Amino acid sequence: MAASPYLPTEQFAHWRKIKSTAVTGVLVVCALAVIAPLFLVLYFLVVHGWSSIDWNFFTQLPKPTGETGGGMANAIVGTITLLTMASLVGVPIGVLGGIYLAEYGSDRANDWLRFAADVLNGVPSIVWGMVVYLMLVVPFKTFSAYAGGVALGFMMVPLVMRTTEEVLVLVPQSYREAALALGVARWKVIMVIVVRTALKGIATGIIIALARIAGETAPLLFTALGNTFWSHNLKEPISALPLQIFAYAISPYDDWHRQAWAGALVLMALILALNIIVRVLSRDRINKN
Amino acid sequence: MSTAPSQSSILPAPGSRGPDIAFKWVAAMAAAMVVVLIVLVGWQLYAGSRMSLAKFGPGFLWSTEWDPVQDKYGALPFIFGTLVSSLLALLIAVPLGVATALFLTELAPIKIRQPIVMAIEMLAAVPSVIFGLWGIFVLVPWLRDYLFVWLKRYFGFLPLFQGPIYGVSMLAAGIVVAIMILPIITSISREILRSVPNLQREAAYALGATRWEVLKIAVLSYARRGLFGAAVLGLGRALGETMAVTMVIGNRPQISASLFAPGYTLASVIANEFTEATSDLYLNSLFELGLVLLGVAIAVNVVAQIMLKSMTGSGPIKVN
Repeated sequence: MAASPYLPTEQFAHWRKIKSTAVTGVLVVCALAVIAPLFLVLYFLVVHGWSSIDWNFFTQLPKPTGETGGGMANAIVGTITLLTMASLVGVPIGVLGGIYLAEYGSDRANDWLRFAADVLNGVPSIVWGMVVYLMLVVPFKTFSAYAGGVALGFMMVPLVMRTTEEVLVLVPQSYREAALALGVARWKVIMVIVVRTALKGIATGIIIALARIAGETAPLLFTALGNTFWSHNLKEPISALPLQIFAYAISPYDDWHRQAWAGALVLMALILALNIIVRVLSRDRINKN
Repeated sequence: MSTAPSQSSILPAPGSRGPDIAFKWVAAMAAAMVVVLIVLVGWQLYAGSRMSLAKFGPGFLWSTEWDPVQDKYGALPFIFGTLVSSLLALLIAVPLGVATALFLTELAPIKIRQPIVMAIEMLAAVPSVIFGLWGIFVLVPWLRDYLFVWLKRYFGFLPLFQGPIYGVSMLAAGIVVAIMILPIITSISREILRSVPNLQREAAYALGATRWEVLKIAVLSYARRGLFGAAVLGLGRALGETMAVTMVIGNRPQISASLFAPGYTLASVIANEFTEATSDLYLNSLFELGLVLLGVAIAVNVVAQIMLKSMTGSGPIKVN
């Protein structure tokens, strides 16, 4: 076939193909480079963490400097306490806000509220610590579990709000109309029909938010502060896994480094467990619809 | 029935209006909390930094002195450290993230797409403090013994790669932050690339373009604005990164041309010195650093949101 003057010459086409293949190769390498850190982090977590985890780790308090052994029992309980308190703050506000966006708000108001929620989501986590320090630590003159819970709770608000809205708008309009046609009050329609229908999705959103804040350290530094003993009172400083990991990681003692790895492995396992719950819950939802 | 039902019978039963209105207001107040919280954050940081605002004025921003003993404070080394570590992170993460997004949307067989997406989501779930731990004990020693030595040997003529190697450094922080912002950049780039109409690609293929030419001419140029938005959003995240950066940057308030030198960022000086601030002015200055950080982070986020909105129309982009 005679080469048409409008087609690239054979030699040029060859070069273009080589270039295209090369770029394909580069893209594959980039994708591998992006997921490699995950496996490197998990590998070292397991290698360094697993050997330091024993029964004592889950049942004992941290030992003073110089003594080996001890555990992070108080930090594990502390993290669970803080997550519970954060939920008490973040879930009602987030869910009700999501209800407003999905059921009541005008388009214009909603645009602004969503925008505000996204901006709020971008507030650096350390800033939350400073703000709650001024709000709750300075007036009451003590670092406390309350302050830590509120700081984490504020961080949950925009997350829970957006996911709640997203699942509520998926509830078919006919459900609402049917209930309203029966004379049910609007608020009852929302709480009993709409929210009930979307409950699984809302729960998924809450768990996603919990998984996000469970590893947060920065907002707790000046609110919950950390504690090497059991906290019997929510008005006292409380320990949390991320705080304890941080304190041990920057310490000069090998034994504490081991504990830090063990704590990190436990924290990672907790967060992965939350993510797996999310996956199971949302898989059911996809199958149903 | 020929007559239309009277107005009152189609309204909810009398007495239910009260709770209805109350519920609407409670929900509205909860939604308004997002605005209240933004105002609260700004106001509290302003209130906390009033003393240093009055004492140093705008000069705080470009003073390089940070001397708690003399009670003199300036923000420049921290602003410098925050910008340099974040820009380094972007420099690494944007090409990698966009390339991965291209791979996922344009090349990868469906079967391997899902596992890679899942791995990236898991990477996003790793807490900052765990990256920091890994950074201290795994990444930094490796960088110190291998990568930095190599860079110094072959690129040592650049001022960027000169000076003593400690391991903890601006570059180490940039690399750790890059890893941390990769997931968000990748997943948003992927959304953007998926919104490119297939017609674009088909048109380019029909003209005889190779795969790379299709990506370049039809996909990337079309998605340019949105990808820029993804990068800006990544920048917003990078600026506020605290724990991992604090653990690997070396925490020294200095401005150095070398990327091997330790630095300090706004977020990490707050994390380190807040509970040790001995004078009121010291604490006020830390609050002012927080105010600067918040201002920059919000500005960057607003720009990113606007860019992403204009790219995708009204369709929601998940920022989580």
